[in-house]
Amino acid sequence: MARFTHALSTSAAWLLGLLWILPLLYAFWASTHPAEYATRFDLFAPLTGEHFVTAWNQAPFMRYMLNTVIITGLILTFQLILCTLAGYALARMPFRGRGLVFALVLLQLMVMPEILIVENYRTLSMIDLIDTHIGVGLPYMASAFGIFLLRQTFKTVPQELEDVARLEGCSRLGVLWKVYVPLAKPTYLAYGLVSISHHWNNFLWPLVVTNTESSRPLTVGMAIFGAPESGVDWPVICAGTLIAIGPLLAIFLLFQRRFVQSFMYAGLK
Amino acid sequence: MKRLSWLHAWLMLLPALAMLMAFTHIPALTTIWHSLFYPARGSEPEEFAGLDNYRMMLDDDVFWQALNNNLWYALVTVPASMVLALAMALWVNGKIRGRSALRLAYFTPTMLPMIAVANIWLFFYSPEIGLFNKVLGWFGVAGINWLGDTDWALPSLMLMTIWKEAGFFMIFYLAALQALDRDIYDAAALEGASRWYRFRRLTLPLLMPTTLFVLVNAVLNAFKLVDHLFILTKGGPNNASNLLLYYIYENAFSFFDANYAATLTVVLLAMLILLALLQFGVLERRIHYR
Amino acid sequence: MLDKGKLHKGKRLLAIAVTSLAATAAQAQTELTMYYPVSVGGPLTQVVDGMIEQFEQQNPDIDVNAIYAGNYNDARMKALAALKSGEPAQLSVMFSIDVHELKDLDAIVSFDDVVETDEERQWLDSFYPALMENGKVDGTTWGIPFQRSTIVMYYNKDMFREAGLDPEHPPQNWDELAEMGQKLVKKDADGNVERWGAMIPSTGYPYWMFGALAKQNGADLMNSAGNETYFNKPEMVEALQYWKDLGSKYNVMPEGTIEWGTLRQNFLEGKTAMMWHSTGNLTAVKNAADFDFGVAFLPAHKNFGSPTGGGNFYLFKDATPDERRAALKLVRFMTSPEQAALWSKDTGYMGVSPAAYETDILKQYVAEFPPAAVARDQLEYATAELSTHQSGRVRKLLDDAIQSVLNGQAEPQEALDSAQNQAKRILSRY
Repeated sequence: MARFTHALSTSAAWLLGLLWILPLLYAFWASTHPAEYATRFDLFAPLTGEHFVTAWNQAPFMRYMLNTVIITGLILTFQLILCTLAGYALARMPFRGRGLVFALVLLQLMVMPEILIVENYRTLSMIDLIDTHIGVGLPYMASAFGIFLLRQTFKTVPQELEDVARLEGCSRLGVLWKVYVPLAKPTYLAYGLVSISHHWNNFLWPLVVTNTESSRPLTVGMAIFGAPESGVDWPVICAGTLIAIGPLLAIFLLFQRRFVQSFMYAGLK
Repeated sequence: MKRLSWLHAWLMLLPALAMLMAFTHIPALTTIWHSLFYPARGSEPEEFAGLDNYRMMLDDDVFWQALNNNLWYALVTVPASMVLALAMALWVNGKIRGRSALRLAYFTPTMLPMIAVANIWLFFYSPEIGLFNKVLGWFGVAGINWLGDTDWALPSLMLMTIWKEAGFFMIFYLAALQALDRDIYDAAALEGASRWYRFRRLTLPLLMPTTLFVLVNAVLNAFKLVDHLFILTKGGPNNASNLLLYYIYENAFSFFDANYAATLTVVLLAMLILLALLQFGVLERRIHYR
Repeated sequence: MLDKGKLHKGKRLLAIAVTSLAATAAQAQTELTMYYPVSVGGPLTQVVDGMIEQFEQQNPDIDVNAIYAGNYNDARMKALAALKSGEPAQLSVMFSIDVHELKDLDAIVSFDDVVETDEERQWLDSFYPALMENGKVDGTTWGIPFQRSTIVMYYNKDMFREAGLDPEHPPQNWDELAEMGQKLVKKDADGNVERWGAMIPSTGYPYWMFGALAKQNGADLMNSAGNETYFNKPEMVEALQYWKDLGSKYNVMPEGTIEWGTLRQNFLEGKTAMMWHSTGNLTAVKNAADFDFGVAFLPAHKNFGSPTGGGNFYLFKDATPDERRAALKLVRFMTSPEQAALWSKDTGYMGVSPAAYETDILKQYVAEFPPAAVARDQLEYATAELSTHQSGRVRKLLDDAIQSVLNGQAEPQEALDSAQNQAKRILSRY
């Protein structure tokens, strides 16, 4: 009986896994076979790379990719700096009104930038940052999630470590940099990967604020190039999708083990 | 030195706070302000409308439908993706054949951009040529017009959302599971507790903080994740799959009525802040017992 | 008397003058930015890029930055956003039906205000009148037709033969469409439909398809001032009833809505014997079809009919006189008979002027491939596409009404009544 349940459970797990990568499998299928096999499956269908060429020529993927990398990098850099400073202040520096400030920060966990696209769009056009990388990044640069996460991590650092460092003449920022940051490495890694995968795939806000190729990220480029209005051309769209997710997929494969481990240490439990 | 400490604290907080204020708190307030005006015509200034936009909203069937849809959307996708996430985490945490391949499989949707992968789902759902109906056909079942039938459009979106979310939440459960203390389990096993009993009385309670965290995220996503609508249904047919944020987008950027969009945003904000207050109540307790 | 030194100095001055002249000439480059949408299949962006390149070669003093911005809605949003934030955009291809809204936003200038010579004024009259209907308001020209289409009926001749129908005689009227459609439906052993008789897409642009049915029934959806709609006239109700009946009564079409984006694929895969679609898809269908297909007028009821559709060139207000002249030059180039002919051949969109069909390119193409002229011939029966103030909202009202009827949620009369009442309320301010 137990063996039976076990087998059942294993096959359920595998079935689910199969379902979960089905879209990716299909993307591989459709993009590597001639168009007439896009909706038909035949083991002996000939292979072709033409769709990748077509996709590559139909949209400036390099440019989009560059934009995405710049935007994601910009956001991550600012997030790390801003959240580290704020997280430390909230974790280790008593001052009046700290509770209120923390509550104000946490509010953004709920009221995410996505909800405020209309007003943020107004703001950005006021300060003339529509269609710029920085404009796409701005609303995300201070992240409540990041501040919260780092505050929790910093709180677990023994106070004695800080005191010793201070006695040795380290400044506050020095302590932060030499004691806290190294100890919070797993948190940074986990947060960084979540942030990258979120912003690499973010769509609605970039759709709203980018106008041209000069700032348009992959997702918006993909949406434009694969819009159903123009008649869906699955093989080419699939090829484009694979081109777009390639780098992210590679990052994940490289960091897979570290990723889960860092989540464990990051106190995300 | 001590006296300057508060000044240092504020200086360190300043950049983050300024950004949060500029892109969260202030816009939240100006949203309310803008919802009290009529949209500008050409170069004329906006005209004060009082509560007219709100009256218009109460009369707007599409708003009610989108709200209703959104609540159902949350009610189905949140528990479904959480249960699946937990199941996945238990599987890949245990001794299962091909564990790392499975883990990777579950996690792939998280890495795929919703907007691109929606096109692939469009193929799955396509009634005459799509994969789902083809599979149904093998069993002699008549196909379903997944996205073109008012009864099926929203469930079809839900399915895709669950697919997208579950793997992401799995990671959090997995991290939590791996951090659990093995000794308690060994002790429980020695006392002859059944697997189900151990799961119910040990694992689940120990995972409570994670569950809470995931729950909050899942609820939020139910209100902010509308990317797939752009490709799959555009909220149709006849608004059967319209969601609040998509309707806000439509009003602001297709109908050029930023003021009505602001009015709708106020409703969404109110709901989220209500949720936030609820969450603070629970979160507060959690922080205290730490 | 000039001494050597002076001469030398003179030469040097001259040299400076020449180089600075060259520099100003380089600076006198006029830069144009235009946004454009694509709403049908095929690599149209490359076609546009090619045309622009040719224009730049002919006009070295003008630089054109053509930005592909997605569908019609995206293109409009992006162009207007650019204007609002002070980024340059002197002209754009946008939905022909946006004209009232663009005027309300005070974003565009009329072509009448930009043309200067008689020759240019004549040029304004060189296009097919039916294509100008959406571009002219009160006799003033605001939009110049570019990527314009009508709806045509694509049909699979092989299937007609198989069903014992004459492949050279596609359905001419509503009754024939239903009748022939029924013969073309094929079911498998379980009684599940393997092939449908016809498909009319009802996502994306349902109001457009409905405009065709309405016109065939002898009625227009709105007035030309764009402040009145006629959604619940008896002709409209009848037209919508017929559309619904194709699915629920005659069973030649699947029930529920039919996706605009995947329809071409359906047709190419032989899942439907006929489809109504934009003529802008013609080249994409031609390139991919592995069967014998035909293109025909949409069937008539009281008369033939289809709305025109697609994108017009607009000139934005916010431009210097030089830029405006350059923009006009570009528009004239892009819509010139030769370019229009190439464009039509490459895409399936219409040649926008009679002269385009007089070019060797199109003459030859039409001779080889007669379907290329169907859209043009249908122009005789064409009407304007639904275009009103607040067009986005008004369109959505009609779209929702259509989709609710096709899904059996409402009867045509009540759905159209409600759409009409709401449209009336919105338009009462204009």
